[in-house]
Amino acid sequence: MLQVNNINVFYGNIQALHDVSIDVQEGEIVTLIGANGAGKSTLLKTLSGLLKPKTGDIVYLGNKISGKPAQSIVKAGMSHVPEGRRVFANLTVEENLELGAYLRNDKAGIAKDMAHVYELFPRLLERKKQLSGTLSGGEQQMLAMGRALMAKPKILLMDEPSMGLAPLMVKAIFDIIRMVNAEGTTVLLVEQNAHMALSVASRAYVLETGRIVLSGSAKELQESDEVRAAYLGGL
Amino acid sequence: MEWLQQLVNGISIGSIYALIALGYTMVYGIIKLINFAHGDVFMIGAFIGFWAISRWDIGFLPALLLAMVICAVLGVIIERVAYKRLRNSTRIAALITAIGVSLLIENLMIFFRGAQSAVYPATIENKAINVFGAQISSLSLLILGVSIFLMLLLQFIVHKTKIGKAMRAVSHDAEAAKLMGINVDNTISATFAIGSALAGAAGVIFGLYYTRIDPLMGIVPGIKAFIAAVLGGIGSIPGAMVGGMLLGVVETFVSAMGFSSWRDAAAFLILIIILIFKPSGLFGKNTREKV
Repeated sequence: MLQVNNINVFYGNIQALHDVSIDVQEGEIVTLIGANGAGKSTLLKTLSGLLKPKTGDIVYLGNKISGKPAQSIVKAGMSHVPEGRRVFANLTVEENLELGAYLRNDKAGIAKDMAHVYELFPRLLERKKQLSGTLSGGEQQMLAMGRALMAKPKILLMDEPSMGLAPLMVKAIFDIIRMVNAEGTTVLLVEQNAHMALSVASRAYVLETGRIVLSGSAKELQESDEVRAAYLGGL
Repeated sequence: MEWLQQLVNGISIGSIYALIALGYTMVYGIIKLINFAHGDVFMIGAFIGFWAISRWDIGFLPALLLAMVICAVLGVIIERVAYKRLRNSTRIAALITAIGVSLLIENLMIFFRGAQSAVYPATIENKAINVFGAQISSLSLLILGVSIFLMLLLQFIVHKTKIGKAMRAVSHDAEAAKLMGINVDNTISATFAIGSALAGAAGVIFGLYYTRIDPLMGIVPGIKAFIAAVLGGIGSIPGAMVGGMLLGVVETFVSAMGFSSWRDAAAFLILIIILIFKPSGLFGKNTREKV
């Protein structure tokens, strides 16, 4: 469904990604794990069109999308839940969700998906007229996910959904990720919490200083000594 | 009932400031630029209205609409030609460019039509209406009516329409807005178009009220509107409305008390006091750096 072929991405003169190649099959949950600054967010931003690769290409559903503007990538069915949630704090919960469906015109479909998001996250329904800046971190994460789902994505890119959340909330968020995946949405998940990420994913890539250093099934990586030492607290 | 009369005058002059201030505050909200060419868009609006009424004889409302449309287009051209390419440069570069655009518009106008002033034709009959013993001019009421209508329309656009929601989203976080599929460039252009249209409308009603217009007429009301925007809290739409009205009322009362030569000084004094004691303005949020 998604193939990334040898992309090189730069911030000015500094190279953030070196010859990165990954692929994601339809229906999978694939995770990218790695330390802070490894280039995980850079890779997601490049996929969603916020950054352009200098070389290499990205093929999504048979079309080359590298270098295309962000809006055409959203339109093609790829939604990105950014790191730090980035909800529109000056807008209400409901308005945030409406903006998630910005490129859609099917009123009935939008209303149906909004009802579905409220079903997944009842907390958002309770707070729909509230400014999203007043929500707790976990609620903002729910809103960021709900907002991305409003675009009716085929693939969801999620950047550090567990960041800064209480363990119980992390569990709730990961349950929702599983549920969304079970409904047919492919998920590419970036996480520092490797333990949680490997528990939901089918396959994983390990990113270190801008290079893919390891890849395999989540189970293999969970058992690999290198991963255990570096990312799972040496258990 | 002298004070009531002055209050209505103050509010209607203030509503002109408010219309201009809205453009400043909306543009600042979305690209963090004080668009110093905004007062000159107001001037162009006044001249379009003047030509439309005196030469083409199309009447007040069509002239107002024409001025708004032409100013909207002018605002978008200024943004696309001068500011768009500076979006990733320092703020001071964009600010200096804005001052340059302002001087360019003023001097082009002087070059093409001369610096002499023109007198607005009296298309609207101005008569005194007796309200609770106060003599209120019908022109003040018309200005107030038009301004309030435009402000309500703006509130509707910003809060209820798709483009309005996109504008608020971009002003909060442009990159996150891109992830929603919002075209940030077009949204910024729409903001310039709406702000400039309001300035154009302000130009026409200013011409009707003060009757005399000239190519440098935008400078002082432009700065006053900037003060109004800062007073209300730059970036805040309700702030610009309240700030404009408040400034108009203060100026009118300073004049009414016999200190008319101190009128402009009072406006600048307000700016200084606000900047010292409450730089975020009346409605401004306490800006907190994002983590």
